[in-house]
Amino acid sequence: MTAPFYVSPEQLMKDRADFARKGISRGRSVVVVQYADGILLVAENPSKALHKISEIYDHIGFAAVGRYNEFENLRIAGIRLADVRGYSYDRRDVTGRSLANAYAQTLGTIFSSGAEKPYEVELFVAEVGHAPEDDQVYRLTYDGSVADVQGYGVMGGQNELVETYLGEHYAAGLDLAGALRLAASALGADSTPARTVTAESLEVAVLDRTRSQPRKFKRLGDARVAEALQG
Amino acid sequence: MLPEEYRAVGGSSFADFLASRAPDMLPGARYNGTTELEGVTHGTTIVAATFDGGVVMAGDRRATMGNVIAQRDIQKVFPTDEYSCVGIAGTAGIAVEMTRLFQVELEHYEKIEGATLSTDGKANRLAALIRGNLGMAMQGLAVVPLFAGYDLDAGVGRIFAFDVTGNKNEERTFHSVGSGSTFARGSLKKLYRAGMSEADAVTAVVQALYDAADDDTATGGPDLARRIFPLVSVITADGYRAWTEEQTAAVADQVISARMHAPDGPHAPLT
Repeated sequence: MTAPFYVSPEQLMKDRADFARKGISRGRSVVVVQYADGILLVAENPSKALHKISEIYDHIGFAAVGRYNEFENLRIAGIRLADVRGYSYDRRDVTGRSLANAYAQTLGTIFSSGAEKPYEVELFVAEVGHAPEDDQVYRLTYDGSVADVQGYGVMGGQNELVETYLGEHYAAGLDLAGALRLAASALGADSTPARTVTAESLEVAVLDRTRSQPRKFKRLGDARVAEALQG
Repeated sequence: MLPEEYRAVGGSSFADFLASRAPDMLPGARYNGTTELEGVTHGTTIVAATFDGGVVMAGDRRATMGNVIAQRDIQKVFPTDEYSCVGIAGTAGIAVEMTRLFQVELEHYEKIEGATLSTDGKANRLAALIRGNLGMAMQGLAVVPLFAGYDLDAGVGRIFAFDVTGNKNEERTFHSVGSGSTFARGSLKKLYRAGMSEADAVTAVVQALYDAADDDTATGGPDLARRIFPLVSVITADGYRAWTEEQTAAVADQVISARMHAPDGPHAPLT
């Protein structure tokens, strides 16, 4: 019979964090940029069928990096949570904050429980408000920590390089085309020399507060994105 | 914390999820009595007609509770997604709740699958919801919605009628449900023409509602003193659109002024 090894809690958590981080940094980055009329979500994702960005509810969008089956699971759970809440109360009672909280609790529990492996995912939960100052973007990491994102945010891939580029070039009050150009060049700045990211390889969606429909989430097609990138 | 069931692998139907997670939230799940209820609000007449490039649906504004008018300005036609709408007749409380569930059902599928349901798929889902209400219908709390949508694949407006058991009938031209539907259908039969314009189709449904109100006590006619007129919804390739109150008032005024001279409405040729 083999005696169980003693592993200190610090070491255990560190190993789990390293494991999750490694998985997350494998893919390409996802960028969120706040612009004048709302929130822009951009992912480098050549697939047209497997989305990294999704609608959750009227004002709430979702973006993720990492393992597809894990964030898809969280995305569907988020949609169910939002729809059940909206159906039992009112559409206005579904908030990004409560959704971010639910995700944080879930990721935190999975991370610190001994049985399951930690989820190798990071998420953005974005909520567009009636005015730019009401916009909320939350970044959730694999261990369940939540951070409030101001202006712009990056996760996954070589996120430090992309974040540095955004930090140097971001200005508040950009228009949509400007924000899209910034996001595309930021995603291309993850290698030296910088790559050119084409419209076909981007998955783009906006939460546009100027839309007349109650549902503010809208995907932008390749043609629309290419046009904005050229301008 | 997201409950375990929320993260479980499952289908893309919201109603099915609710049935497994919180069945008491489904319409019709609560009343288990055997006696007929009194003091229940009823919606009355809904009409729909296809036209060249879309479909129009309109409802009168009256809700009744026995012999009493429960509401004079009720809304009975609701958009259910960008390309469809539902008009409700029957027990208002259950019908409104069923429509809300149907709205979430369509949106839920769209968000989870990343694609919209086909028009037939939507109609079948609605049929299933109506069938789920059969127990209530047998106690006198029936819901009979009328469903209309623009089929993007076929490029035409389509109308579906249902009975309380969820039997689905497609109507290619026009249809009506509710207490005044017999009169509205008779009226539309004489007024409907294939290939009508949107404006003509709206005039035809307003005429039909006038005829329904003329002969059915539960259907509300145009309320001239309060300026309450039918609500008209149109669905075309551009999506769902409700006519503004001024627009419908103009059509209603035209219909009413013609009825001042011919109370029974326009004459159709004998042969």
